[in-house]
Amino acid sequence: MSKELIRLTDVSMVFDGETTVLDHINLYFNDAEFLTLLGPSGCGKTTTLRIIGGFQKPTSGDVFFDGVRINDLPPYKRQINTVFQKYALFTHMNIYENVAFGLRISKTPEDEIRRRVDEALSMVNLSGYEQRSVNSLSGGQQQRVAIARAIINRPKVLLLDEPLGALDLKLRKGMQTELKRIQQQVGITFVYVTHDQEEALTMSDTIVVMNEGRIQQIGTPIGIYNEPKNAFVANFIGESNIVDGVMERDFAVSFANRVFQCVDKGFATKEPVDVVIRPEDLVISPPEWGQLTGKVESVVFKGIFYEVMVASETFTWKVQTTRAPEVGQIVGLSVDADNIQVMHKS
Amino acid sequence: MRKKFLAVPYVVWMAVFVIVPLFLVVGYALVNRNGQVTLDNFRMMTQYWGAFVTSFQLAVIATLICLLIGYPVAYWLAREGANVKRIAMIAVMLPMWMNFLLRTYAWMSILENTGIINTFLQNIGFFNLYNGLFGTNLTHFSMINTPGAVVLGMVYNYLPFMILPIHTVIDKIDPKVIEAAEDLGAPPAMVFRKIIFPLSLPGVLSGITMVFIPAVSTFAISKLLGGGMTLLLGDLIEMQFYGSAYNPYLGSAISLVMMVIVLIAMAVMNHFGEGEGEAVYL
Repeated sequence: MSKELIRLTDVSMVFDGETTVLDHINLYFNDAEFLTLLGPSGCGKTTTLRIIGGFQKPTSGDVFFDGVRINDLPPYKRQINTVFQKYALFTHMNIYENVAFGLRISKTPEDEIRRRVDEALSMVNLSGYEQRSVNSLSGGQQQRVAIARAIINRPKVLLLDEPLGALDLKLRKGMQTELKRIQQQVGITFVYVTHDQEEALTMSDTIVVMNEGRIQQIGTPIGIYNEPKNAFVANFIGESNIVDGVMERDFAVSFANRVFQCVDKGFATKEPVDVVIRPEDLVISPPEWGQLTGKVESVVFKGIFYEVMVASETFTWKVQTTRAPEVGQIVGLSVDADNIQVMHKS
Repeated sequence: MRKKFLAVPYVVWMAVFVIVPLFLVVGYALVNRNGQVTLDNFRMMTQYWGAFVTSFQLAVIATLICLLIGYPVAYWLAREGANVKRIAMIAVMLPMWMNFLLRTYAWMSILENTGIINTFLQNIGFFNLYNGLFGTNLTHFSMINTPGAVVLGMVYNYLPFMILPIHTVIDKIDPKVIEAAEDLGAPPAMVFRKIIFPLSLPGVLSGITMVFIPAVSTFAISKLLGGGMTLLLGDLIEMQFYGSAYNPYLGSAISLVMMVIVLIAMAVMNHFGEGEGEAVYL
């Protein structure tokens, strides 16, 4: 059902002959998919987006759209539209004309323009704002105008460059749901760039985690959260305890001065590895029941859970729990075998 | 808020050197030599109608030429990198660091009948060739002492005042807005017509204002390059204060009328500028 729409093959981007922003990126995405490029600032996610949009040419590598190489196609000839970070609305036009811009360029008949602008504005819940000026709108409303403006041309792909970055938390949550709804309603591919892992997990069908110009992992939100491929991904998506360990044999890894059962195999014997344990997977118990013991260093209330720091002999563990121990108390810690992620040292 | 007193020197300065003189001009314009209140000064002015027309004509032409040259320069400048921009900016402003009269004198020696251009053409045998071809008896091109020379002087002197405000406005346009227009399907020419030009209009308006006002009231340029053949308002006013025709009352009246006309022109233009944005996009 889903058909491949855009493919980047071996795309590299080098600025001024020295700064490598993208390092041999290979990526494709399908029709009607919500794909998120996730990574810290400077990881190359925005550059990837700009290459797809046609605003930058890759130093090497090819970009294909529907099987056709589009490296040299200028932005105005691509069936791709963009929602910019700071909206980039046309301040000398009212809302109606902003949204109608793409249709005016293609010389669409006036009655069709009116119909489609109405449709787009009602999709983003801005009916009745046609005659307002850009500057009279709030940030969230401007963002929705930018979305309406970008989908009016019925692109096959909509690129969104951290579109919610400038909004406050509450508004951002609302817009996340709204964007997902719009994507499902228009049924086109969204390529979404963000550094906010929660945003990525909430909205995406597929997440591409990037760091330092390289793709770290591609997968579904659940897959990436539960099975991070390396320590960077584990650390970037959600919170993690990452400790040095040694693979003793298949299904046994040692860290924190003892051997744990795990579900990983295929490592070399005695291979040094990174061991990742999510804070919510550590269970606090009386000392005698724990696989490890440690002293509670701090307890911080976080709303739906407490974040507890427990210092064992070798490592200070971050634990999320709903029942707070006392600071200074000696407690036991245990973890299920399938909650221990073992990964190659990167 | 607490530092209001810091504005006092400026307010005093404005009062003494701007507000008071304005009232003096109004006062002078309404009396005659014997101190009687009268409208004679304005009545007398009608005989100088020609100077009004010429002044406004030349100023409009000079402003248009400045706009035609200045806009492309400002546009090009805004798109260049920081280094080119800095050098080009200095080149634009360099003439302004020299004395205005000096610059105008320089043009005199370029344009004169025995000036640099004519001497050069003479030396390369241009006039001999020309006369041989057309059977004329030309010894030089008359460039100085023509309205054209006056317009040239105005354009040369006031061009930076057109370039700078336009450049500032174009430079401030968010590149993302231009990208957004391209993204929505607009080829470069369309991006200019629908986005860049409308957004640069405020700069164009202030450029026009900053060129037109000094151009319409200029006096040295017309005297030096126009040779007194074209009497402009500026010269006329100067004559009333320093010349043989000493009549500060008439001079004040002319100044006043000119000021009012300029103000009206500016108001109309600003209104037109705002109206245009709405008329096109409403």
